[in-house]
Amino acid sequence: MLSFNTLVAVCLLYVILLFLVAFGADRSAARNKNRFLSSPLIYTLSLSVYCTAWTFYGAVGYAARSGLEFVTIYLGPTLVMIGWWWFLRKLVRVGRAQRVTSIADLLSSRYGKSNLLGVIVTLIAVIGTTPYIALQLQSVTLAFSVFARDRSAGWSVPDLDATALWVAGGLALFTILFGTRNLDVNERHHGVVTAIAVEAVVKLVALLAVGIFVVWGVGGGPAGIAQAVDQAMRAAPDGAWSITGGRWVGLTFLSAAAFLTLPRMFHVLVVENLGERQLAVASWAFPTYLFLMSLFVVPIAVVGLGTLPAGENPDLFVLTIPLHFDQDGLAMLSFLGGFSSATSMVIVASIALATMVSNHIIMPLWLSIRPEEATVSGDVRQVLLAARRLSIIGVLVLGYLYFRMSGGGTALAAIGMISFTGVAQVLPAMAGGLLWRGASRNGAAAGLVTGFIVWAYTLFLPSFGDAGLMSASLLAEGPLGLAWLKPQALFGVTGLDPVVHAVFWSMILNSFAFVGVSLVSFPGPLERLQGAQFVNVLDHTHQTQGGIASAAVAEDLLVMAQRTMGADAAQTLFQTQASAQGKEGYLPDTTPDFMARLERELSGSVGAATAHAMIAQIMGGATVSVDDLMAVADETQQMLVYSSQLEAKQKELTTTARQLSAANEKLTKLSIQKDAFLSQISHELRTPMTSIRAFSEILRDGGIRDAEAAEKHASIIHDEALRLTRLLDDLLDLSVLEHGQVQLNPQREVLSKVLDRAVAATQSLIVAEDLRIHRDLAREQIVIATDTDRLAQVFINLIANAAKYGDAKFKRLTIRVGVRDGVLRIDFVDNGSGIPTESQVMIFEKFSRLTDNAAAGGAGLGLAICREVMDRLGGAITYLPGQRGAAFRVTLPLEKIPHRG
Amino acid sequence: MAKQVLVIEDEPNIVAAISFILSRDGWTVGTHANGETAVQAVLEAKPDALILDVMLPGRSGYDILQDLRAHELTRRLPVLMLTARGQRTDREQAERLGVNRFMTKPFSNAEVVETLNELVPG
Repeated sequence: MLSFNTLVAVCLLYVILLFLVAFGADRSAARNKNRFLSSPLIYTLSLSVYCTAWTFYGAVGYAARSGLEFVTIYLGPTLVMIGWWWFLRKLVRVGRAQRVTSIADLLSSRYGKSNLLGVIVTLIAVIGTTPYIALQLQSVTLAFSVFARDRSAGWSVPDLDATALWVAGGLALFTILFGTRNLDVNERHHGVVTAIAVEAVVKLVALLAVGIFVVWGVGGGPAGIAQAVDQAMRAAPDGAWSITGGRWVGLTFLSAAAFLTLPRMFHVLVVENLGERQLAVASWAFPTYLFLMSLFVVPIAVVGLGTLPAGENPDLFVLTIPLHFDQDGLAMLSFLGGFSSATSMVIVASIALATMVSNHIIMPLWLSIRPEEATVSGDVRQVLLAARRLSIIGVLVLGYLYFRMSGGGTALAAIGMISFTGVAQVLPAMAGGLLWRGASRNGAAAGLVTGFIVWAYTLFLPSFGDAGLMSASLLAEGPLGLAWLKPQALFGVTGLDPVVHAVFWSMILNSFAFVGVSLVSFPGPLERLQGAQFVNVLDHTHQTQGGIASAAVAEDLLVMAQRTMGADAAQTLFQTQASAQGKEGYLPDTTPDFMARLERELSGSVGAATAHAMIAQIMGGATVSVDDLMAVADETQQMLVYSSQLEAKQKELTTTARQLSAANEKLTKLSIQKDAFLSQISHELRTPMTSIRAFSEILRDGGIRDAEAAEKHASIIHDEALRLTRLLDDLLDLSVLEHGQVQLNPQREVLSKVLDRAVAATQSLIVAEDLRIHRDLAREQIVIATDTDRLAQVFINLIANAAKYGDAKFKRLTIRVGVRDGVLRIDFVDNGSGIPTESQVMIFEKFSRLTDNAAAGGAGLGLAICREVMDRLGGAITYLPGQRGAAFRVTLPLEKIPHRG
Repeated sequence: MAKQVLVIEDEPNIVAAISFILSRDGWTVGTHANGETAVQAVLEAKPDALILDVMLPGRSGYDILQDLRAHELTRRLPVLMLTARGQRTDREQAERLGVNRFMTKPFSNAEVVETLNELVPG
């Protein structure tokens, strides 16, 4: 016989084992050593917190009362897991991308980081979970009571309330130790998860062991079981074992919804998830686990009904059957299975609830009381840890109080259903938030509150019975006698099971309120942004193993930085920082160092305050809307681009302006020159005309007896007429040259001969001006093939210029000939004062003449003609500065000269 | 006593023509071809009238006229300006500076003689 002390000792040993497992797993995780901890197997087993004491003990009771209906409790989660690719994957991806810490945080985050929603969901979760925790305490107490029954020997402490208190205290200790050891940003608890995985195995093994004992040890194999089933069905009250469609659909939906929305399920499914690989494996492994858990439920139920005395509580068949057949070891194992189920649920649920309570209720309150110290000093972590621990204790105290209040009178399954329905109210807002961008914060709040009220009114409050908050008359006749408001028959819908009735009305009204208010309310910018990120999470995030939350934030930061600093600069910064951290790609971890560096960089673009606000916004917590900041960033970026473009343009403009200014200056000079030329040409034409007219009038008037004088007058007329002709010839020549209509007559000639001709043509001027010409005849013996008449014309001009404009006392002109790089060079250098620098660029322009010296006899067309001629010949004429006197260089490429023999 | 005229002009053939027609009319003709020394030449020659070209080497006829009008001895000296640049602005400038007569080249011999005789009657 098992003594109470033995039972307690085994329990203590088991608990110590769990402590060791959790401790070892935490240490191993801290060293990042154990890959096993992140394996899909551990994840799958941790999901078994779904199977609480309710499923461990209660499923058999459920089957004993209602036949196969208990299967709905397993069917819902199975459907969710099988359809994981469609919804669960999205939920997990969002949870990781947004660093979601709880289901309350998920809704708060989705709807514009609204803490109101966080508070509502937290309250719903606490109220919905408290009965469930009480249920676990009750199950452990009941289990103890089973052992205590009939065995007075050794059972000196059968105080059940005290047992529950001890269990609650122990669970609080364990949860605080392993649930709040550290404040991991991702809220992951390797120790707890591993301990729960161990418990999952114990549960399964225990139930399978009892099942195998029942089928082959008591029931006489499958055939005997089938017989027992028949017997049980006949013995059951009318319709109790029959399958009704409405209830099946309703309960399956309820269990599926609860699987997603129960705080502890959300915690193990999403928060503790370490990658989608885990999810993929769990999608088939967890349904398998559920299948095994449910495999022997019916056999145990029917064998219990058939073999145990009437009136035995079917919820405890798992324990009472082995005890009935004196299988103490098996009973012990079964007890540990139920104990595991209860403890794992309480531990995870209290961690999840404590996270929500401390994050959404305690911390906001505390921060509003002492806002300044909180942000300045580093003691937020300590406060948060204390808040967690207090919340865990608070949750367990609530559960214990509920246990004491309810008096343990209600069937286990009923309490489970009440909890399920309560937390399922979160489903519309959660699913809507993930699938529908139009979902708004107000809609979510309206749906949650509506659903919660309907649930409380139709299911939760009536569950307390007459002793509770609702009087028997209210339940029977409705408030103020309004029959259509009867809590269990709303709007005149009667004949439904209370749970199905509550699920139906709460979910319907919840969804209506959610969709309706969403449609008429306008979400804020942050809400829209978050909505887009949630709904489209599969489009723009990539599955990675761990660290995705950080990466998602880093990506947001990169987007922001690109808009602020420009794409290249931002990408370079991020890549450099990432590689400094030893990471590939563009997304570094958001370490304090990196954030400080980024803020500094951003400050350079938008100023420190804005940079801080931007980063604060992306890291979470600021009140400026992201859209606004994005707009600011866009503007800044545009301004930066614009100003850099402006700078480039400015440089370009400066260059252009300089060029324009030079051109303008030249044009102005040319314009002035042109005006001057008009005067000049007038002068040049009128001057000879004056002489011609004057002397022709003299001759016409007659009376000149001196024949010699008359002849002299006539010769002046002749000379001036020639001068006019020359001027006209020059103008025409220039015009022809300028318009490219010139006919060239290339011929082969020795350079010296050409120069000889030029000197000869200017001989009279040379003599008159007493110009001495120095030549190196030996160097001039170069055969050239070009239009030598035109070349001579250039030479004549240069020699005449030296003669006319040379201002030295003894005028001298040196003609130097050379060849360099296949180019013939002929320099004409005189010993005059030369041409002023400012005039050097102008002298080849038409109409330019530096002096008014009428004796020069030209209109300033000579050098302009020279330039045009050399251009036509393929050469050039330039002014050669720095030669003391006026110096002109005529160049002519020799390669272009065709060699003819 | 014959009336004396000074011709300041750099084109030798024009100087020859003016000298011929005025000598024939009984004027005593002096000539000067350089702009820079023209004012000095006028002050030295003390002519009864002056024929002044505009485009002269060294100094323009306008500058010379301005100097002459500023000088006590030549303030009222009758000046006939001859220019080969026929623009209106030239005439306006000359009149602003106090020219007595302004003629554009080529001129009529008779008109030059007539004008000078008007400027220096008797």
